[in-house]
Parts: sequence; structure tokens; C-alpha cells
Amino acid sequence: MAENNASFVRHELIKEQVPPVSQRGVVKWVSENLISSPFNVIMTLLSLWIIYSIIVNSAPWFINGIWDAKSVRECYDILDGVSGACFAVLKERFPQLIYGFKYPPTEYWRPNTAVVLLLAALAPVLFRKLPQQLLGFSAIYPFLAYWLIWGGTPLVPVIAFLGLAFGIYCFRRFSARSFAFGVVIAVIAASLFWVLGGYLSEANGTFLALEAVPSRDMGGLMLNLLLGTIACSISIPLGVILALGRQSNMPIIKWICVIFIEFIRGVPLITLLFVANVILAFFFPPDTSIDLILRVIIMMTFFNSAYIAEVVRGGLAALPTGQYEAANSLGLDYAQSMRLIILPQALKISIPGIVNVSVGMLKDTTLVSIISMFDLVGMIRGPILATSEWNGVYWELFGCAAAIFFVICFSVSKYSQWLERQLETSNR
Amino acid sequence: MNRQAKLEVSDEVAIGIQGMNKWFGSFHVLRDIDLTVNRGERIVVCGPSGSGKSTLIRCVNALEEHQSGQIIVDGTELTSDIKNIDKIRSEVGMLFQHFNLFPHLTILENCTLAQIWVRKIPQAQAEETAMHFLTKVKIPEQADKYPGQLSGGQQQRVAIARSLCMRPRIMLFDEPTSALDPEMIKEVLDTMIELAEDGMTMMVVTHEMGFARQVANRVIFMDEGQIVEQNEPEEFFNNPQSDRTKLFLSQILGH
Repeated sequence: MAENNASFVRHELIKEQVPPVSQRGVVKWVSENLISSPFNVIMTLLSLWIIYSIIVNSAPWFINGIWDAKSVRECYDILDGVSGACFAVLKERFPQLIYGFKYPPTEYWRPNTAVVLLLAALAPVLFRKLPQQLLGFSAIYPFLAYWLIWGGTPLVPVIAFLGLAFGIYCFRRFSARSFAFGVVIAVIAASLFWVLGGYLSEANGTFLALEAVPSRDMGGLMLNLLLGTIACSISIPLGVILALGRQSNMPIIKWICVIFIEFIRGVPLITLLFVANVILAFFFPPDTSIDLILRVIIMMTFFNSAYIAEVVRGGLAALPTGQYEAANSLGLDYAQSMRLIILPQALKISIPGIVNVSVGMLKDTTLVSIISMFDLVGMIRGPILATSEWNGVYWELFGCAAAIFFVICFSVSKYSQWLERQLETSNR
Repeated sequence: MNRQAKLEVSDEVAIGIQGMNKWFGSFHVLRDIDLTVNRGERIVVCGPSGSGKSTLIRCVNALEEHQSGQIIVDGTELTSDIKNIDKIRSEVGMLFQHFNLFPHLTILENCTLAQIWVRKIPQAQAEETAMHFLTKVKIPEQADKYPGQLSGGQQQRVAIARSLCMRPRIMLFDEPTSALDPEMIKEVLDTMIELAEDGMTMMVVTHEMGFARQVANRVIFMDEGQIVEQNEPEEFFNNPQSDRTKLFLSQILGH
């Protein structure tokens, strides 16, 4: 080819080639990430040394761990001066850590079944690819779980469920005329059903009854999961409603929502729990004794929903107004445009925030140990560490509690990341 | 021969606006608007930015509320009654500058959604209608994609198909081509010309003066919230009467 010749034609295309050895695979990764500069080399060596010393120093503690002992004394005797953990406490007090110290041991199968069924009920909610008929089971699950955990006659949850279904049926039937009319009729119908059903279930208190377990006997991890699951699953829809209410152009609804959200967010959860423990009872009629668990659940739900409302509000605000206008201009009414257009997009944006708040809530369930409920942490601090057998076994017990919460929260976080990828439809 | 001659305009009133005023806060955006659009008319609204042209057509399907005067669309008066508003919105199609497709739904779902929920049409039939109109705007093969995967021109054509699926009697266009690259403007304008030839009543806010000449039967020039001049396109472009119209035309046709 002549030099300075502007015309050039390629007759054979160059074949694809692999990059040179130094630019691919492990070699490239190491040279880029570990030894790219002298400072980097020093940091790499320092990090390796720190990792090494952590492993070397903590490994014996795990490896020498004692799994069979009756008390911390016995552990030390067996270890005989060698560094080692006393995991025996976990083994010996396992039922207490999981179920609390009052739940009747013969009935442990009931919370176990409830947890297994919980996974089955959550599956169709979490994974939309599963057949959606399974959602029917998810709808029944709360009532089934109530019966399993609290026991008593199944008539109570059955009537609660049927009353709710009857109310929804009445709402569907009458809401065509007007929304408010439908709601009123539904509430009246459901209440009537519950009152009448209440007589029936009281009269047949022993029908198919499981041994009744009062709320104050719930404890351990079971209590944390109970509070966390119920509070999260109610507070997400409630938070969405609050967020929509806050955006409403009806002033009364708007101000109720604003005041609720701002008040709850301005108060520490622990204060709310004390309120639930002591003061809330004053607001109920004198003869009713509202369960402590129920009161705590109400407070946690309120607390969580106020935070979720703000997260969802952020998602709603992030949507371009064009989406609202397009939905309106097609003739969709408010409920349709929210349900079909606005919320699916706003909630997708809000997923990280909602998960963040919910994981926080799940961990905050351990705060109930302060109002003398014996959840996992409450059990460790009270009935286990206070005994002479296991006095002073902090690392093993709190480490175990930390590990359990980490596994749960990390799975939730991984799930939410997966969900975000699933919903990623556009590259806008 | 101009192709307008083929397009018939009936005497029936599609949009009637009388003495309409609108304020944003204390800012008087639309002042004493009187405008009658007959069925089959193609009106182009132009004017400098901030002149209130977009606000005017957004008032026609109540995306903006007017504060005084009367707007009657298709025989129904626009009041604050939500039932009237929803009825009018389902009869009036609207196109936006930024398309406003629903990014979480496929093209097909974008087109069937309102049919299914507003018109209560069964899904299979709604899909058939959607495919019919997607074919009409020449992108039936994109039906299963998401809006983010389409070019701007394609998205705007989907938006047209989405509106048409509701079988509107009137279409409003709010600067439908201003956000598009030059080579995509033509495909959208061609689709709009076809619509006009099918006899659709159209109100178009646009700066595409070629389109105005070719398709419109009336051009309205707005400035400072009022209608300054309206005329047939030939007269409007060749013989503008007001000074402001002359200035505007010299600015946009000057280069």
C-alpha cells in the first residue's frame, strides 16, 4: 500500500481474538485490585494479616466449643483453661430461645407448623410466577396461624374469616351505587356476623379445641417473628394508604394523615411501646382486656406504617406528572389510575426504602424485651443469663441471636434485590 | 390541489368554548377564550412559548381546571362533576410531548388497559383492537416490548394507537413532535395526517408549520393568553393581519 494514500479497502475481516494473558482472568483481577500500586500492595498485605489474625485467634474458640454440659461451670471444667465457647447453653436452652419459657412443650408442633405454612403462604405473594390460585391459601393463612398459635376452638378464626368475607361480598355488591354506602353496609354486615358468630363460638368453646395458650406465654424467637410478620404485613398496605391520603386534595383526610405520620415519626418507638404497655389500656372500655401483644402490634404497625408512608411518598413524588395525566386522559378513575399505573411504579421505586424500614422493624421487635416481654433477647437477658447455671455466657447467646437475625434480614435484603431486578423492564 | 378539499367539516359542534378564563394563582393565563370547533375540523394552535396554547387544549379534557366561562365537549359541559370529566376524558384522546407511555407495561398492555378497565371490553377483544391500531401506526411487531425499548418516534405512535383504542371522537395533540429527533418527526406527522384523512376532529399545538399548511383547515395564533388571530392556513401564512403574528411568523419561518 502506498504511503499517504487516502483510499483503502479491507478485503479480509480481522478475526476476533482473546485479550493478552495479563489483561484477562485472575491475573488481570489481581493486578488491578490487589497490587496496582505500592500503597495498594501494603494495604493488601495489611488486610491479609488482619484476616489471618482474626481467623487464628477466633477459630479455637469455635473449634473447642463445648456442646454438652449442664452449666457454665461444667464447661470451664471440660475446657480446663483452654479458650473455647460454651455452646452447650444453646443446646440446653434451645426450646426457650425459640418458644419462650412458658409455651407448653407438648404443643411446640403448632408454631412449627405455623412457620412452615407461613413460608407456603408467602411464596405466591413473593414470587409472582407461582400459580396465583395459591393466594387463596395466603388469605386463609392468618386465621389458620391464629388458631395454631393461640389454640382454642377453630370456630373463632373461622367466624372472623367468614365475617370478613361476608363484609367484602357486601362491599362488592353495594359499592356500585356509592363507595361510602358500600363501606357502611359492609361494616354493618361484618359486625353483625361477628356478633352472632361470637355467641356460637362461645357456646361451642370446646369444639375441635387445641389447648389455649394465652398471649403472655408467647416468647423467644417465635414472639419476634410473630410481631415482625404481623406488623410488616399490615403496615405496608396501611403505609400506602397514608401516603395516598397525604397527597389527597381533600383537606381533612390530608391533615389526618399528615398529623398521624408526623406525630408517629417524631416519637421514639420505645416510648410508643411503653404507651402500649401502660397507657393504651385506658382508651379501651373498662371491661375489655386487650392483649398486650395486640397492643404492641398496633403500636409497631403504626410506627412502621408512618415510615413506609414517607418512603412511598418519595416514590410517588419521583413519578413524572405525565403518568398521572396520561392515566387521567384515558378516562381511568382515581382508584384505577392509582392501582394500575401509579402504585406499581411508585412501589417499585420504593422497594429499597420499604425493605430498609421493614428490616429495621423486624430487628426492633427485640425492643419489647424492655417492656418485660420475653422475646429472643428478653429470654437471653432474663430467664437464661439470670440463672446460676448460665450466668456470664454472653458471647455465645448474643452471637446466636445476632446470627439468627442476620440470616433473616440478609435473606429479606437479597430477596428485595432480586425483586428489583425482576421488575426492571425499561431503560428509561 | 390541496388535500384539505377532500376533508369534510360538518356543522355539528365538537368543542364549544365561551368566555373561558383561567388563572394560575394570580397569573391570568387564558383570557376570554371563545372558540368553536366543528366535527371533522383540524385546528392548529401556534404561538410563542408561554402564550397559553398548551393550557388551552389541556383545559378541553380538564387536565387543567378553568375558573370561569363554559367548555362544552361533545355535548357535555365540563364542570367539577367527576362523572362528566371521566366521560369526556374517555371520549377525547390526548397526545403529549413526552409520550407518557406506561413504562411498566408492554406496548400491548398500554393499549388494552383503558379499554379493559374503562370500557369493560373483554381482554381478547381489547387485544384485537390494540393490534388493529398498532398495525395502523405500523408497529404491530413491537407489541410485546416495553416502551423503554422503542425509539421516540415509535413511542409517540404507540401513544397515538393507545388513544385510538378508546375510539375517541376528538384528539388533542400537545406538541407531539417537539421531543423528537428530526428523522422521527415525519413518521409521527404522517400518522397524524392519516388520522385527519379519516375525518378525526383534531386540535394540535405544534410548531410544524408544514403540517399546518398541509392538514389544518384553521390556524389559531395565541399570544399572552388570548387568541390573536385565526384564519385558513393559506391566508394565515401568506397574509397575516396582526403585527404580533407577523413577528412570530418571521421568527419561525425566517431561516
